[in-house]
Amino acid sequence: MNEMVARTDTLNTLTADAREFEGKALRAQLARSTRLEKAKALLLVLPLLLFIGVMFIFPLADMMLRSTDNGPVAELMPDTAARLLDWDQFTLPDEATYAALARDIQTAQKERTLGKIATRLNFELSGIRSLLTKSARKLAQMESSDESWKQRLVQIDQRWGELATWSAIKRVLPSVTATFYLSSLDLAYDAKGEVVRKPPERAIYVDNFIKTFAISLGVTLSCFILGFPVAYLLSVLPTAKANLLMICVLLPFWTSLLVRTTSWIALLQTHGIVNDLLVWLGILSEGNRLDMMYNMFGTVVAMTHILLPFMILPLFSVMKSIDPSFMRAATSLGASPFTAFIRVYLPQTKPGIAAGSLLVFILAIGYYITPALVGGRTGQMISNFIAYHMQQSLNWGLAAALAVILLIIVLILYWLFNRIIGIDKLKLG
Amino acid sequence: MRKLIRFTSVMALGLSCTISIASAAERITVVSFGGAYTNAQKKGSHEPFMEKTGVQILSEDYNGGLGKLRAQVESGSVTWDVVDLETSDVIRACDEGLIDTIDVNDLEPGTDGSAAADDFMPTAVKKCGIGAIVWSTVFAYDKTKLATAPHSIADFFDTNKYPGKRGMKRSPKVNLEMALMADGVAATDVYKVLSTPEGQTRAFNKLAQIKDQLVWWKSGAQAPQLLADGEVVMTTAYNGRIYNAVKNESKSFVIVWDGQVMDIDYWAIPAGAPNKARAQEFLVFATAPEQLARQSKFISYGPPRKTAAAMVDESMKKHIPTAPVNLTNALAADAEFWADYEDELNERFTAWLAN
Amino acid sequence: MNQNSSFVEFRNVQKSYDGKTLVVKDFNLSITRGEFVTMLGPSGSGKTTCLMMLAGFETATYGDILLDGQPINKVPPQKRGIGMVFQNYALFPHMTVAENLAFPLEVRKLGRNVIKQKIGNALEMVELGELANRRPAQLSGGQKQRVALARALVFEPKLVLMDEPLGALDKNLREQMQYEIKRIHENLGVTMVYVTHDQSEALTMSDRIAVFNDGIVQQLASPATLYEEPENAFVASFIGENNRFSGTVKSLDSDRCIVTLDDDDCNIRALPINITGHGSRAILSLRPERVVIDPEEGSLPNIFKVRAEGVTYLGDHIRCSVNFGQRHQFIIKIPNSEQHPVLKPGSDFRIGWAGRDCRAFNA
Repeated sequence: MNEMVARTDTLNTLTADAREFEGKALRAQLARSTRLEKAKALLLVLPLLLFIGVMFIFPLADMMLRSTDNGPVAELMPDTAARLLDWDQFTLPDEATYAALARDIQTAQKERTLGKIATRLNFELSGIRSLLTKSARKLAQMESSDESWKQRLVQIDQRWGELATWSAIKRVLPSVTATFYLSSLDLAYDAKGEVVRKPPERAIYVDNFIKTFAISLGVTLSCFILGFPVAYLLSVLPTAKANLLMICVLLPFWTSLLVRTTSWIALLQTHGIVNDLLVWLGILSEGNRLDMMYNMFGTVVAMTHILLPFMILPLFSVMKSIDPSFMRAATSLGASPFTAFIRVYLPQTKPGIAAGSLLVFILAIGYYITPALVGGRTGQMISNFIAYHMQQSLNWGLAAALAVILLIIVLILYWLFNRIIGIDKLKLG
Repeated sequence: MRKLIRFTSVMALGLSCTISIASAAERITVVSFGGAYTNAQKKGSHEPFMEKTGVQILSEDYNGGLGKLRAQVESGSVTWDVVDLETSDVIRACDEGLIDTIDVNDLEPGTDGSAAADDFMPTAVKKCGIGAIVWSTVFAYDKTKLATAPHSIADFFDTNKYPGKRGMKRSPKVNLEMALMADGVAATDVYKVLSTPEGQTRAFNKLAQIKDQLVWWKSGAQAPQLLADGEVVMTTAYNGRIYNAVKNESKSFVIVWDGQVMDIDYWAIPAGAPNKARAQEFLVFATAPEQLARQSKFISYGPPRKTAAAMVDESMKKHIPTAPVNLTNALAADAEFWADYEDELNERFTAWLAN
Repeated sequence: MNQNSSFVEFRNVQKSYDGKTLVVKDFNLSITRGEFVTMLGPSGSGKTTCLMMLAGFETATYGDILLDGQPINKVPPQKRGIGMVFQNYALFPHMTVAENLAFPLEVRKLGRNVIKQKIGNALEMVELGELANRRPAQLSGGQKQRVALARALVFEPKLVLMDEPLGALDKNLREQMQYEIKRIHENLGVTMVYVTHDQSEALTMSDRIAVFNDGIVQQLASPATLYEEPENAFVASFIGENNRFSGTVKSLDSDRCIVTLDDDDCNIRALPINITGHGSRAILSLRPERVVIDPEEGSLPNIFKVRAEGVTYLGDHIRCSVNFGQRHQFIIKIPNSEQHPVLKPGSDFRIGWAGRDCRAFNA
């Protein structure tokens, strides 16, 4: 009996093995037969993949690396770097370290690398640039004396006798740093190396992230309020009229961004057309002209105009697919036109609203040119700070960190969108 | 990690560079600020140089700053041969090794035979750059729109006496100096005061008095535009831009020279410039007295060397910043100060602006 | 209200969309309470427009529409209390079946328990109790149809309109639904106005049928009357299959006429319906199933020799096309019974029919 059971078991395993073997063979066959197809498909997309790789993935990776890269100070100040390796950060460094620093500064001055060191260190502790250049100048003029290097340096500037200066130098020595991310969040290291909040008059980025968020939300909302009726009209008009209206909607796409933004300046500035008209009509007095340009209002208005088509098009494509009989059905069931609209029409436009809002919001949150031109002081967005650090302050690490944070925010939004609405429901037109 | 960064930068920038220098036979790229200023440089130096040497000059515009230059030098694919830099940028770029050193002995002597080192204003010869123009930030107003004419820099900050908006460059440079002068600091003491934390706070506080009335401009062309549009009643501006608007566009703008901040722009050669020999040749040519004098016919910026200044047209002389009549209360920008303090004052200014 | 007076009434209703042509010309119809009336006609005949005017989605250009004796021309659709089933069902895709059914009750602000109970009853009526939480996209065509029906009925309207509701269903399902709708109609006793272009559907379901063509009601009658006694050539040809000949009236009595066919001098005796007089043009209509095969000589007024051309076996009956006279194609339907003669293509035989079965209309 047992033997029988055992035999059937073996038999079963055998057939199972055979089946598995057959399965494997089939899979291999399938793979062979589709290999050529796959190769062809790959060949077709290869140029695009290369393009994306070179123009998108690499720069993106570069940006992420840059946001944590600590810069070349360790290489450019090798002696000081070696001495500071075991420094405890609670007491001032020893004389040998001071000597190494003086040596390194003099070498860097000769090699013309002091600027690089100063630039990097100044991001860590504001004012170090002037300290270094001053020290380099004074050291070059100084005659040899019996005083210790420590005395000499502290004599040049008392900041060499402060822990904060030294811990700043120690912080830029490892290859990786969190400084730029901390700065992006208005945080900084104090003299003891602990993370603290920046004083309110120097804290700008968190507020600006919030402002960027608020402006983007405002733009999205205005686009929705202005775009929804237009999209609805587009979807119900007869084709000929709808086409004409569609051209009007798309017109902004066909004119240069600069031209459009400049037109808004001409319209909204203090002595612009709108203000002139209001004064002429007697609604405003000459002295009370409205400030509609070079502030947050101007930014929102100009951006809404530019991004409006991105709201209208997805809405239109969704509305076009909603059968008019739904509204008829709703009224025939006893709903007033308003109730029918709210309970039957509006929910069905949800994929369009979601797609349009996501599109507008994500485009808005990274907007740069328009706020730069019309934003004035209060309408600046985070991208303007990124550009500022790229072009003016040359703090590329901070620019990269701000950009990475922005990227993360957008990815989180995308993820939330996918969780709540579902990305497969997205309808872009 | 740093290697990877360099590699990717080379990948991206190398691509654009191979395209742009593919056809470079005898051609140099000269980069400057564009507009009327570049036009004057073209007439003063580029065209005679091309005629003389047969080398083609490709003129490119930029908005100042070291961003692009640093990107080129770091990635090892430099396309610029000669670049026009502001003072603090010359010093910084030199410190960071982004531009090459220049030997003053290679320069053309003055028309009177004096050595170049003696002929140039002392501040116009830097380790890595040679002065091209003396320019100035002044403030200007439209005389058809202001009932009483302002005369001093203090008037610019006096919104009670002269109500209305002011235009200023979106940068701490010049603005802080003007603020201190308006607050009663003598021109000679401005940088001494500004090196102290108290002095900096004093300057920012003075600016804060008119913060709500300020409209910020970025490029030189915006300032006369703001004035013409009536957006502001007064604005700081580059003196050449206002001169241009008056001369070529018949605007009724008036320059107030009191409290002007003079500065120098320099020609410099990026480290690793593709045609270094020709670039050097151009730099020597463009800083020679004849070229500097010819250039000043077309824009009201003065030559930074004595023998060239002597050759400036009589009609132009009173419009350039260094004319004696304009120097009663004038400040020469301290490049060393700004090279040292630019980062921290920029940071403070940005935060001040945003809050 | 008097049961016998009309519940729905169209009085001289006209409709024009463009101000030039009338889509509906002088439409008159009176429907009594509990009746099942079908508007039947080819597409573009104006039947759907009439339904939409009744529902309130279109306004009549001229004339009155009365519901329960009250003119409703100016009453908006949501206040008419009319249930409607749409061609594409128009189930709200973002709501479940139960929510769809609850919609008309919620806008009427009924209590939650009442709503729940009514939804239960309605789903039971259409036998879909277990699908309450499905969404329309998860339902089959027939199920959607039932939900749409239940939704139009759940708020207990006195009048239900249906606009080609079975158009999208396949044949079997369509027939099943026809009986279902009929059953519900009989159980609930609601008045139903049904629009279709499918004559068999109309014949199966209706108490009365209004045949539309060209914006005019051609005939309004019960299915049997329409089929047996069409009043004009359009109705005769639109309802059921028939053989048509055209000719000239040779003699005319009150209940009898003789028509000479155009192509050969063959005389046919027929029943005059709206013949105007001697010598006028006429169209003859004869149902294929009324043709008698091999009649006794002299037993029928019309007897002709024919040759079979094509024979088609259709199960319950046999369909045979024969050549009659010169070129008159003629269709005969013979029930599949034991007595039927063997018909083969090419065989000659005689056919005949009674004079009252052949109806003569004014051409």
